[in-house]
Amino acid sequence: MKRFAALIDRLIYTRSRNTKLALIVDYLRHTPDPDRGWAIAALTESLDFPAVKAGTVRTLLATRVDEELFRLSRHFVGDTAETAALLWPDAPGKKEDLTVSAAVDALSAASRSDAPAIVASLLDRLDADGRYALLKLALGGMRVGVSARLAKQAFAQAFDVPVDDVEELWHAIPPPYAPLFAWGEGRAERPDLADVAFFRPFMLAHPLEEESVDLADYAAEWKWDGIRVQIVRGGRGGGGETRIYSRGGEEISGAFPELVAAFDQDAVIDGELLVRGEVQGGEAASFNALQQRLGRKVVSKKMLADYPAFVRVYDLLAVDGEDLRGLPWTERRRQLEAFVPRLADSHFDLSQVIDASDFDDLAERRAGARDAAIEGVMLKRRDAPYVAGRRAGLWYKWKRDPLTADCVMMYAQRGNGRRASFYSDYTFGCWSDGGELLPVGKAYSGFTDEELKWLDKFVRDNTLNRFGPVREVEKSLVLEVAFDSIHASKRHKSGLAMRFPRISRIRRDKPAEEADRIAALQAMVT
Amino acid sequence: MAKARHWLEPHPGGLYVKPADLWIDPSRPVARAAVTHGHADHARSGHGAVFATPETLAIMALRYGVDVEVSHNQAFEYGDGFERGGVRFSFHPAGHVLGSAQILMEYQGERIVVTGDYKRRADPTCAPFEVVPCDIFITEATFGLPVFRHPPTEGEIAKLIGAVRAEPDRSVLVGAYALGKAQRVIAELRGAGWGAPIYIHGALEKMCELYVMHGVDLGELRLVSETDKAAMAGQIVLAPPSALNDRWSRRLPDPVTAMASGWMRVRQRARQRMVELPLVISDHADWDELTTTIVEVNPKESWITHGSEDGLLRWCELTQRKARALHLVGRDLEEEA
Repeated sequence: MKRFAALIDRLIYTRSRNTKLALIVDYLRHTPDPDRGWAIAALTESLDFPAVKAGTVRTLLATRVDEELFRLSRHFVGDTAETAALLWPDAPGKKEDLTVSAAVDALSAASRSDAPAIVASLLDRLDADGRYALLKLALGGMRVGVSARLAKQAFAQAFDVPVDDVEELWHAIPPPYAPLFAWGEGRAERPDLADVAFFRPFMLAHPLEEESVDLADYAAEWKWDGIRVQIVRGGRGGGGETRIYSRGGEEISGAFPELVAAFDQDAVIDGELLVRGEVQGGEAASFNALQQRLGRKVVSKKMLADYPAFVRVYDLLAVDGEDLRGLPWTERRRQLEAFVPRLADSHFDLSQVIDASDFDDLAERRAGARDAAIEGVMLKRRDAPYVAGRRAGLWYKWKRDPLTADCVMMYAQRGNGRRASFYSDYTFGCWSDGGELLPVGKAYSGFTDEELKWLDKFVRDNTLNRFGPVREVEKSLVLEVAFDSIHASKRHKSGLAMRFPRISRIRRDKPAEEADRIAALQAMVT
Repeated sequence: MAKARHWLEPHPGGLYVKPADLWIDPSRPVARAAVTHGHADHARSGHGAVFATPETLAIMALRYGVDVEVSHNQAFEYGDGFERGGVRFSFHPAGHVLGSAQILMEYQGERIVVTGDYKRRADPTCAPFEVVPCDIFITEATFGLPVFRHPPTEGEIAKLIGAVRAEPDRSVLVGAYALGKAQRVIAELRGAGWGAPIYIHGALEKMCELYVMHGVDLGELRLVSETDKAAMAGQIVLAPPSALNDRWSRRLPDPVTAMASGWMRVRQRARQRMVELPLVISDHADWDELTTTIVEVNPKESWITHGSEDGLLRWCELTQRKARALHLVGRDLEEEA
């Protein structure tokens, strides 16, 4: 547990992604099985011990620490696991190091009734940092900024294996991933996945930078503003389970039970998960509506009824036990069109190919597209196989031109890591009818390093107030902000929320009074 | 015996000793002030006469430009004191920073000790805390919650040295309060065998010189402003906490941000400060030191101030000790603890 606790501590304080990666690589290389497997599962929130909950820990603490002192401490620290780790009295005597796997075994074996005693005996064997690691492992909520994607990259780097292979194998093998490590270290063959609903790494697109492409070589489809998903029904003969994966390879089946139930074919599809919106007359609703469904572990009936999800399918990676990824897009598309009718049309439809006569025609249609759920156009090379990652010249995304608004900088906050000494995150606003400046968004990108230096100096020279890391500035600088779309939002006083806002230009020439009004932004709402 | 409540009045702006017409650590200028130590929240400028240890007066002179020779200030060594209005005042080591003192007051058979800020663990830059028996013990409670248990200092210093050695291309920038913490971290590093020059922010220079003049060995110190960026790779740099993420830090080679403070015990606190290397090194007593000290002093009554009064009050209640909270204002412990 010492090594694991030290790893967590380093990850908590490290903001750089590369340093996090290096820390995990080092840990995976130098920690034995099965500890490293359990550790990585804990970091990516893949463990669950149903008998051990925050309430268990609170009840347990009450047996060792005065309740009032616990309450005061919890209030100050703000986190139950950390408070408990710090408050738990050090047990006398020398401590043998408890292994991560011994802790996992004990926690897995716990029932509701003996969980407090089991957790207590584990805590007694650890110091404060070890107790923190144990409680985070048991309760989840690690919050160390390690995504499944990062963990897989670390694994690939640690054992010098292709990350695409790791992506495929990862979800097919449960923690502590022993066959995966055996394969990584060259001690065993690549595990056989015939029986599982495993994740295939997504094929991704580059932004279109060419002036135009020949539509004889590329097929065009709408780019839908939902979330990219892969639905897999695995196992020999299609008798296995159905899983839904997000772009990063995280499993999100739990949030969309109706799709899991409806997908009853032995196949692997790639598509866009959307929510059917009433305002669109049953058509795909904006991303805003979809957000209501994301990140939920349990979905209420009301959620299912109010925000019904469906998938617009655009690729077929496998069907009836056959892997189609090596085939050109044209052939996969032919099979896809034949396949989609096998799925329930209530939850699945086919992404249509845009029937444009030439590139100019396509450009015109793209400019004219007003559907809230359309983000732009996808261009896919007709003769390309389905390959993992971003490959030059195969797939392009050609987003709709962004919307822009002239806003006034209101607040600035320091950035992270390399930008820690710069005010690099800006909150900006537009004018209400009453002449008040109301915040409409926050952006921390879009500017060059030179511009950042200038903006940083502007913030420091024009500070009105300081609130911790935030500075309120003189409302005098106009920023042209670009954004993909804008939605109604109850979270902000302006009633608006921008999607992907970024600074497109610094308008030193424009007086603040001439910045846009809220009403102008409302007119852009989709 | 006199009743303390009649001769010592707690006001939000300090403690007023009525028979002596004198304030202890007042937050506003007064005619006569007894000062426990040199931190700005205890030692303000503008008093008519200050009674304190010679080191505290020297620190105040450095900070406020008071000419000690011609002022009405009076210096007292540890153990010494003075009498005024029937009250006998004396100064006793508090172990907090150079010159820090507890003030003992004796009046008509009653003894009151004001700790100012204090700690119990060893500090190479100042005299260790002395237990002074008394009837009323007025204690600080910066870390008056049981979550605050400072680990051994050697371990934290080893962590710092380990971080410098792990990344020889970067400097490690330690945020440390300019009076006390900075000099202690330097002295602890020297004690751990760190012989290389230590680089400091200009704001630390004069206070370090003062410590050296008072016999604290800090080894070779160099100013960041007079050093090439590249020369500070693999080196330790000290600066006041406010400079950590300031533009000033851009003159260092890709610094690892560290911070030496008791607050670093709580991870979320350290994260809020954007600290990469938290060092739990404090000049204040932790929970165990606070409670042990009350047990050792064993006063009839404890008055608790400066920090988490509620936690320590609750402990007194649980251990059946008489206690009350004083609410003194103007304390800025975030930076200094």
